[in-house]
Amino acid sequence: MSNQLAKKAARRVNGKESFSLLSAIRNGGPIAWISCLVMGFGNFASMQFVKGFIFLAIEAVFIWFMFINPKGGMYWVKNLFPLAQKERTPNVINHPILGEVIEGYTETGEYSHITLLYAVTTLALCAVFIFVWRMSVTSGYRAQFLKKAGKRVNSFIDDVKDLFDSKIHNLLMTPPIVGIFVFTLLPLIYMMCMAFTDYDRNHLDNNFAWVGFDNFLNILSFNSTIGKQFWSVLGWTLVWAFFATFLNFFMGTFVAMIINRKTTRLKDFWRGCLSVTIAVPQFVSLLLMRSMLGDDGILNRMMIEAGWVEWIKDALPFIGNVIGPRKYIPFLSDRTFARCTVIIINLWVGIPYTIMQVTGILKNIPADLYEAARIDGANPLQQFMNITLPYMIFVMTPYMITSFTGNINNFGVIYLLSGGNPTVTGNSAGETDLLVTWLYKLSVDMKDYNIGAVIGILTFIVLASVSLITYRSSGSYKDEEGFK
Amino acid sequence: MAKNLTNASARRKRIATDVIVHVFLAVMCFIWLIPLFWVAAHSFRATQGQYIRTFLPTDWTLNNYKLLFTDFTHLNFPRMFMNTFVIACCSCLISTFLVLSVAYCTSRLKFKFRKPYMNMAMIITMFPGFMSMVATYFLLKAMGLTEGAKLPLALIICYSAGSGTGFYIMKGYMDTIPKALDEAAYLDGATKFQTFTKITLPMCKPMIVYQLITSFMGPWVDFIFAKVIVRANPQYYTVSIGLWSMLEKELVYHYFTRFCAGAVLISIPIATLYMITQRFYQEAMSGSVKG
Repeated sequence: MSNQLAKKAARRVNGKESFSLLSAIRNGGPIAWISCLVMGFGNFASMQFVKGFIFLAIEAVFIWFMFINPKGGMYWVKNLFPLAQKERTPNVINHPILGEVIEGYTETGEYSHITLLYAVTTLALCAVFIFVWRMSVTSGYRAQFLKKAGKRVNSFIDDVKDLFDSKIHNLLMTPPIVGIFVFTLLPLIYMMCMAFTDYDRNHLDNNFAWVGFDNFLNILSFNSTIGKQFWSVLGWTLVWAFFATFLNFFMGTFVAMIINRKTTRLKDFWRGCLSVTIAVPQFVSLLLMRSMLGDDGILNRMMIEAGWVEWIKDALPFIGNVIGPRKYIPFLSDRTFARCTVIIINLWVGIPYTIMQVTGILKNIPADLYEAARIDGANPLQQFMNITLPYMIFVMTPYMITSFTGNINNFGVIYLLSGGNPTVTGNSAGETDLLVTWLYKLSVDMKDYNIGAVIGILTFIVLASVSLITYRSSGSYKDEEGFK
Repeated sequence: MAKNLTNASARRKRIATDVIVHVFLAVMCFIWLIPLFWVAAHSFRATQGQYIRTFLPTDWTLNNYKLLFTDFTHLNFPRMFMNTFVIACCSCLISTFLVLSVAYCTSRLKFKFRKPYMNMAMIITMFPGFMSMVATYFLLKAMGLTEGAKLPLALIICYSAGSGTGFYIMKGYMDTIPKALDEAAYLDGATKFQTFTKITLPMCKPMIVYQLITSFMGPWVDFIFAKVIVRANPQYYTVSIGLWSMLEKELVYHYFTRFCAGAVLISIPIATLYMITQRFYQEAMSGSVKG
């Protein structure tokens, strides 16, 4: 036991084992206790003046920002409750002729969206400060510990040198983490807060209040208008993601296998032709598709001119019923047609990607498996079903999960192609809207920020659960040994 | 004799399937290329309007391309191009630096917050990116970056600040570089920073090029962030918002052929860059150490 402790101490002296806050408070004595209050005290006590001064300065700035600055941290945090506090009171003056007249308004309080933003930022800064505080206490204790052990205490220059060597992760990870923290995490938390407010199009004066879980209940209920839209959008999102993923996968695999056949000529040419569409920016190709497939688009014009629309109406009554009295084919303006169209156009977008992915994998399937199958008399279909497909599914499961979640989040295709339309009057969600495009419409076009935020959180829950379930039940998770 | 017959019929069958396969592939390629061909053809069309009666234009001209660079009444194409170019250059440098740092640390070093960081990155990417877009806009506005000449800076931040979450491909590549190389460098007295800059970075060259080009292409193809941040400031439009706005109802009649011309002009460099990334990607995938 004591041996273990000695080992631990040795590792600490060499800087391999770090100190916990608790051990610092328990064993550090008065110096550590004081440095809990006065940051950097431990460093001063061990002659690390620059480091100690930096910690002390950070503490001073933080205290000034939080408590002394009249519009600092505490002010904004206090303003969180109640959130809506902007008030306009008319200035009534007594005019000698006109009597009582309103001349301008006095505004008191802060705008809620500013309060929320600054308060969230303040709380984030507090978290950062606690992290730095912990660092200062342990760093002071480390210096104290080393001094007692008779070792050299790092000077500031040593510390800076360490940043380029054994502590390089601190140097290299700081910029990305700061970037993610400020411009991804902070906005995300801010948006999540909005889910609990009533910041919608009726509160564009930026004066909104907390409403608790009302928005969630409203959206998840089957009776409210917004709830009905949510469930239908969610259903279509899952249907879309399913078809988009699996049709792409199977048809892409099919084409890739056809190209890979031994006797197919010009393999690179076919692959090249199909992958040109990846290289063209999506917003160009999809906007183009949209205008080609419009009600008076080129495709409809040509089909009408050739008399095909009438022919389809006569020959295929079940499609004719959908078209109804229209003289054109409503590719993007009828619910059923639009849903089929976006799935088909997504094949146009997605198959080349699948071909690229699959081609490499097909080449990796051990050839002796096919050899053995052929000797046993398996026909090509049996070979495909029993060798190619299981192998592909095994290797491709992670890819399929990413592409499934990618399709749930597939903003570009839907937004550029159909814009979520057609939309039933009175609804905010169109018939081809996915959760993400609906979220975009709600928060950018309609300014229903609270509903948008709820949809965002729910989308995350759907995504996280789908990927967790499929990943956990997939072969490549259960059996990491490999394909057998 | 009987064997010959079965051979002949098998051969005939094979030729038949070959013919079917090739016809099928030809039809596929036709379907895949026809919209692109159509846009290229209509960029040379002289008649205005969104559609004409025939599939191909009847009168040809170079005027659309010329107008794109001379007529600035609604949209200034060269300026949009320059805006996007500057934004793309800055953001690709920043985000490549961030990705390289994260990838090196997670692949090579053992430190306390390594696992938590990787988990956090995975969770963050599961939130729809547009959810935080409005909040990012508020944040940038609070920083005073959404007015006037600072708009490009705001866009650069949007495109590059969060790129520390997309490090998986780069990390996977660095994992294939043998650790023995690093250890040899340590034995020779190199610091970790020197190992990073002198050994790991040069070994990652194909992947760095891939990363640079992919993040360079980001601002050219994204228009959602740009639309929310830039709003109605035409002098700071990027190419993608410009082209998008050419299809708005008020402009589409006069601008459709110009949209086609602009689309062709943008697609050519993007497609070329894409082909280059594919070459580097394949080179990278064939392993870091050869022979």
